[in-house]
Amino acid sequence: MSELQAEVQNSTQQISPLRQQLKEFWFYFSENKGAVVGLFFFLFIVLVAILADVISPHAPIEQYREFILIPPAWQEGGNWSFILGTDAVGRDMLSRLIHGSRYSLYTGCIVIAVTLTIGVSLGLSAGFFRGWWEVILMRIMDIILAVPSLLMALVLVAVLGPGLENAMIAISVTYLPHYVRLSRASAVAENARDYVTASRVAGAGKLRLMFITILPNCMAPLIVQATLSFSSAILDAAALGFLGMGAQPPTPEWGTMLAEAREFITSAWWVVTFPGLAILLTVLAINLMGDGLRDALDPKMKRS
Amino acid sequence: MTAETVLEARDLHRFYEVKGGMFSQGGTVKALSGATFNLEAGKTLAVVGESGCGKSTLARLVTLIENPTSGALKLGGMDVATATSAEDRRTLRQMVQIVFQDPYGSLNPRQKIGAILEEPLKINTSMSAPERKQAVMDMMARVGLRPEAYYRYPHMFSGGQRQRIAIARALMLKPKIVILDEPVSALDVSIQAQVLNLLTDLQQEMNLAYLFISHDLSVVRHIADEVMVMYLGRPVEYGTRDQIFSDPQHPYTRALLSATPMADPNKKRERIKLIGELPSPLSPPSGCAFHPRCPLVNDRCKSEGPVLHHATSGWDVSCHAVEEGRKG
Amino acid sequence: MSLLDIKNLSVEFQTAHGMFRAVDGVNFNVDKGQILSIVGESGSGKSVSMLALMGLLPWTAKVTADVMTFDGIDLLSISKKERRKIIGKDISMIFQEPMTSLNPCFTVGYQIMEVMKEHLGGTKKELEKRAVELLGMVGIPAPESRLKAYPHQMSGGMNQRVMIAMMIACKPRLLIADEPTTALDVTIQAQILELLVELQKKQDMALVLITHDMGVVAETAERVVVQYAGQQVEKQEVKGLFNHPGHPYTHALLNALPERATDKHLPSIPGVVPGQLDRPKGCLFSPRCEFATDLCHATPPTTTNGVLCHYPLQDGVPTGHPGGQQSKVAGGNG
Repeated sequence: MSELQAEVQNSTQQISPLRQQLKEFWFYFSENKGAVVGLFFFLFIVLVAILADVISPHAPIEQYREFILIPPAWQEGGNWSFILGTDAVGRDMLSRLIHGSRYSLYTGCIVIAVTLTIGVSLGLSAGFFRGWWEVILMRIMDIILAVPSLLMALVLVAVLGPGLENAMIAISVTYLPHYVRLSRASAVAENARDYVTASRVAGAGKLRLMFITILPNCMAPLIVQATLSFSSAILDAAALGFLGMGAQPPTPEWGTMLAEAREFITSAWWVVTFPGLAILLTVLAINLMGDGLRDALDPKMKRS
Repeated sequence: MTAETVLEARDLHRFYEVKGGMFSQGGTVKALSGATFNLEAGKTLAVVGESGCGKSTLARLVTLIENPTSGALKLGGMDVATATSAEDRRTLRQMVQIVFQDPYGSLNPRQKIGAILEEPLKINTSMSAPERKQAVMDMMARVGLRPEAYYRYPHMFSGGQRQRIAIARALMLKPKIVILDEPVSALDVSIQAQVLNLLTDLQQEMNLAYLFISHDLSVVRHIADEVMVMYLGRPVEYGTRDQIFSDPQHPYTRALLSATPMADPNKKRERIKLIGELPSPLSPPSGCAFHPRCPLVNDRCKSEGPVLHHATSGWDVSCHAVEEGRKG
Repeated sequence: MSLLDIKNLSVEFQTAHGMFRAVDGVNFNVDKGQILSIVGESGSGKSVSMLALMGLLPWTAKVTADVMTFDGIDLLSISKKERRKIIGKDISMIFQEPMTSLNPCFTVGYQIMEVMKEHLGGTKKELEKRAVELLGMVGIPAPESRLKAYPHQMSGGMNQRVMIAMMIACKPRLLIADEPTTALDVTIQAQILELLVELQKKQDMALVLITHDMGVVAETAERVVVQYAGQQVEKQEVKGLFNHPGHPYTHALLNALPERATDKHLPSIPGVVPGQLDRPKGCLFSPRCEFATDLCHATPPTTTNGVLCHYPLQDGVPTGHPGGQQSKVAGGNG
């Protein structure tokens, strides 16, 4: 109890160095204009996802049978109650896209959370304990890396059964090796430094050394990797959806929407274009943001 | 002041196995072979030598990071080899702490100074958070750091101040022995003097025993009570500071002393030139390890290794030439 | 005329917090056959001034000087191409870390021969012969076999010897050694310093030795320049500097050496070298100086007799000092 209070006290008094760090972070981040644009677009998507129920004009799965394949409002035959048109069963495209952003972000977050926790724990333990544990673990990771990631995910989904949750598990497994390798390498490098030895001399246990002493010093490359794989996770989830192995209809997931719209590519361009564009812009924004993060967090890129 | 012996080392050895690679042969590196010394409370023993002489290995053994291959080590009367229970290990740990050479690598860059200094207390004592903070604040004042440093990160400090922080961390558990592993060699001269003064004051105040590892003989001469000169994992000469500096016996000690530049252009000394390089510890020379570079070498040195024993001068020297009275 | 002549050299760096003056009005000259030592602590700008001379600073640096000539050639106005002809041939430089200043991907022999090919030319046979000669000259045993060795196969001392061999390959007239022995062991340091001085005598080179080690200065240099926070605070002959330092900083620095201590307590200099953001208004050393007065805190001093101080020391006593009231030294007015 008293410890908690002290902790709270500490955190209120710590603000100035934290603010300084944030200021420095923003200084380097904002030098990359593309990253700032990416950040704002990403925040926009997040907002849309949170407010989906409020801002979408229709329910995403409601079918308006009398308005099938209506083009966007500004085109001839368009209807202003369906701004981006409707699909083959009369569902509003805009509402589906808005709700789809939820699934994409959800996929990204879950995949990152799962891979980050498991991957970092495994990687740190490999780098810390070394020996046979490291050898076995790293060889398994090499095997996972040797299989093309989408193929691997497909096989896993085929075994687990199609669905968004299983797709996320499959994607997480294929991303695991990157995190394990990255955190193992950092842990090995940090483990040899004097401050770790000093903690050891002070009597720190293995868990404390791994997670309190070493881990914070390995975070920068991991955060960058996490942002970059956030976008690939969205992309892979969309790909699995497109192949019919991810989210199942009528879920308004962008990849699944693309798959459903395949046969109308020539006749109704909007059913294909808008989900594709949504995927493209989101992924691009996150990648730009990741670039900026790398500039800001990688000490090697810092000037002066 | 009663001279309490806080550290006893008897014939410490530490070997490392080097795995043979695809193209290279494996072998045993004798990083430390046969170190015997005592350290009393309030005294400073300096371990002097060049790279590869085993001084860092010695530090790792004494700080319990590694176990000796053979030999006995007693800290405060407790034998390290038999003290295996968690309670005993904790007692031993609290007795010995270390300060490293590089003040930039020895502090965790992601922790605030307060957290760094509290860590030893958090792990080893049952003090409450306000007590810990108070103890840290007291120690920071003691080593000459301002209270606001508690909330700062290491990168906001200069090398000298970081070394003060490292010293404060080492003293948090009130140890009896502090290993100083080249504590001032990364610092500028003016800062070096500040840190040396601080170390001297702290030693007097807390009756600390220092194991001072250094290659800088002028610093050693200033701070040490006793000096142990090492070469390639073996002690070659062990005596009090005045004995070693005024009348060095071993040819290596003499060469080391004469090679150290003196900040006085008026004194032009005759320099004993050492030929050649330090041999690799993977394949040390036969006999006396120093014989390929020694000006007093003879056939006996090449085949038979000398042992450290009481020489006629009154302290321990490990050299056939000194024993036989050969002079260069 | 001097071989190297530098007057009022300043170097400024563009940083996130504005311009930073790393070197501030440095003057010195070196003649052939002379050894000049530049001493200073970290951040004193001793390396930067030499890098400026070599043209090796990054583009963020702005170099200005009244005079910067080598053998009568103005180094400020010549083109990059002309500069490259001089640098590496007539002027060369040895760095602190022997392990990182050699390229780990090429053999030692290749790296020496590359330097010679660039500046001297010749057939491969001739170059190889000369490389063996050079390696022998710097005291490397069995030089023929070492030609094929890679830097990581040799010790730090050997690599530093190779570095020196490379730098003297073109018979430079000026050799700049930037902390050449700091990374080496004491016995190896003695060997390398001896080698440098011996080569300097033999080839009648000018040698500029940058170091922080007062011992090294005392044993090798003839003339000494002391730098503090980018400024040149004192310039003297080596004996005069150690016996009668003129600047309070030099005085305090020498007293802080453990080997000069008479007491268990060293007379240390309080405080730290000022950084970019806490530069004092007057004399840069005034916050740490035991003789500082209001004049020192307000007005930057000028150089008299090679000493940058309002009250240069004479036998440890400041001359023209207002007296014992403000200063701790009683009877300290001359």
